[in-house]
Amino acid sequence: MPSDLIHEYMRIDHLPHIWCAGCGNGTIMRDVAVALDELITDPEFALTRDQVVIVSGIGCSSRAAGYMDFNSIHTTHGRAIAFATGIKLANPRLEVIVLTGDGDASAIGGNHLIHAARRNIGLTVICFDNLIYGMTGGQYSPVTPHGDKATTAPYGNVDRPFDVAKLAEGAGASYTARGDIYHVRETIDIIKQGIKHKGFSLIDVYSTCPTYYGRKNKKGEAVDMLKWQKENLIPVSKYYTLSEQAKEGKLVIGPLHHSNYPEYSAEYAKIIEACKEAKKGK
Amino acid sequence: MAKAVLMQGNEAVVEGAIAAGMRFFAGYPITPSTEIAEQCALRLPQEGGTFIQMEDEISSMAAVLGASAAGVKSMTATSGPGFSLKQENIGYGAMAEIPCVIVDVQRSGPSTGLPTSPSQADYMQARWGTHGDHPVIALSPSSVAETYTLIIRAFNLSEKYRTPVIFLMDEIVGHLREGVTLPRANDLVINQRKSSFKDGANKFAYFVPEGEYVPAMKPFGKGERYNITGLVHDRSGFPTNNSQEAATLCTRLMEKIDKNADDIIRVEEYQMDDADTAIICFGGTTRSAKHAVNEARAAGKKVGLFRPITVWPFPEKQLAKWLGQVKKLLVVEHNYGQMLLEVQRCAAGQAEIDFLGRINGTVITPADIAEKL
Repeated sequence: MPSDLIHEYMRIDHLPHIWCAGCGNGTIMRDVAVALDELITDPEFALTRDQVVIVSGIGCSSRAAGYMDFNSIHTTHGRAIAFATGIKLANPRLEVIVLTGDGDASAIGGNHLIHAARRNIGLTVICFDNLIYGMTGGQYSPVTPHGDKATTAPYGNVDRPFDVAKLAEGAGASYTARGDIYHVRETIDIIKQGIKHKGFSLIDVYSTCPTYYGRKNKKGEAVDMLKWQKENLIPVSKYYTLSEQAKEGKLVIGPLHHSNYPEYSAEYAKIIEACKEAKKGK
Repeated sequence: MAKAVLMQGNEAVVEGAIAAGMRFFAGYPITPSTEIAEQCALRLPQEGGTFIQMEDEISSMAAVLGASAAGVKSMTATSGPGFSLKQENIGYGAMAEIPCVIVDVQRSGPSTGLPTSPSQADYMQARWGTHGDHPVIALSPSSVAETYTLIIRAFNLSEKYRTPVIFLMDEIVGHLREGVTLPRANDLVINQRKSSFKDGANKFAYFVPEGEYVPAMKPFGKGERYNITGLVHDRSGFPTNNSQEAATLCTRLMEKIDKNADDIIRVEEYQMDDADTAIICFGGTTRSAKHAVNEARAAGKKVGLFRPITVWPFPEKQLAKWLGQVKKLLVVEHNYGQMLLEVQRCAAGQAEIDFLGRINGTVITPADIAEKL
């Protein structure tokens, strides 16, 4: 019941949102709200709404924090993960969720992304990955495909792109996944898994930016971009049943990597506990 | 009776901060402030607090703001190059009104400069380092004992006025070891942030009652869901482009410090009662200056010392008080004349203003000052 969800988890007074017609960000924001709703209403997970903190950086994606009726903080460009690290360590009981974009997370905030992943601190980072800088009007980001056009790549992008999920996995993230805006249920499920996971989770969600990326690269309208996702982004359950030939040009979505490496704030709590014991012993 | 201990300035920062209730520190190693991070790493978990060495200066500042938003008194420490990197997020703290303390143990610049040498060249950076316009509180200690009590005051002002406070040390005091007798815990006054907003107009996160300047602050996770942003925001904490709202917010941010300047400003006045000449200095430079005053007095000269302990806002009213009596002001600082500009602004035409400054990695000595008197 979408309308109920809006009234329960969105700040109605601050809607409508600022995103362009056809932008995928609203879908991702809704997926996050559904995932949180399903966890809050799940007696087994015992998550309360007050425990949830939404942290965002700067860019189109990062406006989501202000629309969501939780504790929310809209920080500086690229630094959301660093702010979130402080919040988590100050109160490890909090469920800290970072909403960020491909530029915010992997360019200006790339250092914080890899180090938070390396520490395996218990944050859930959801990257609204629209392949471009939207807020500033269509400049290429670290994930813009090689050869694609952007306002700062009028002759085609010379850079090679990052795969944000692989980058996080390489840096030590203990849960990574990829979603999109077409496969809604699958994306809600990986967001839930990411939140439930105790260590650092990175969920890279392909958004759509028909206004800048789509227009610059002749990807058609919003519906065409959604159709592209339907045909080319293949859920992991199906992807590995495909022949090598059928996999050509397709990308896998769903959970990508999972390990049970110890979570940072829990490890630090052990140090505090040991210091307390040592004090008692004196 | 409290016991005297031998302590380094950088250590006194940590012990004083812990006494003030600081339980979160995020930092990045940089000379000559590194001992502060090391001591926090050792001491904080013993007090149930948390230390983290972040990947850089920027993230250290961000983590400190995050921890404070979650309700924990927080601090970072750095030196000139790192202080520059932290500025964007310090501005965020001023705009979002998040209390925290930033220690800058100044070293000689520009750039990488002379990392282990004394300097006071971040005086203006402390005031004007961020973009945009907002007031700054900055305090500067001149001894190890004062470092301990003044860092507590830094936290108190930060909590009271909901603003980042700059603790402007220098290498002289940071690396100095002195015998100090620490005050007893019961004798300390510790401020906590005002933290209730709930009913009626108070439901707005940034609601400020008539005649007041500082909104209450609830930590995340305690049942008051609200929004924090660095964008211009209304009293509910949400972004707005309304010019009236923008003026209301920016004016209040200025006034909350300006209108409370008397509460914030502290100065030391030494041998000033009959002085016709006053040395004006701050921080570690004061040590040589005091020596010079004592020697001048022994020689029968009427020399005094005026020291801003609160270096920002500049204590103009407190200085003005002496301007009929004192004929000559000698500004002494380890830079090429930064506080000098403030003294000139406040005293030009009312007293002769002279200056002694230095940046070559060495300390200004009492003899250097005596020569200028």
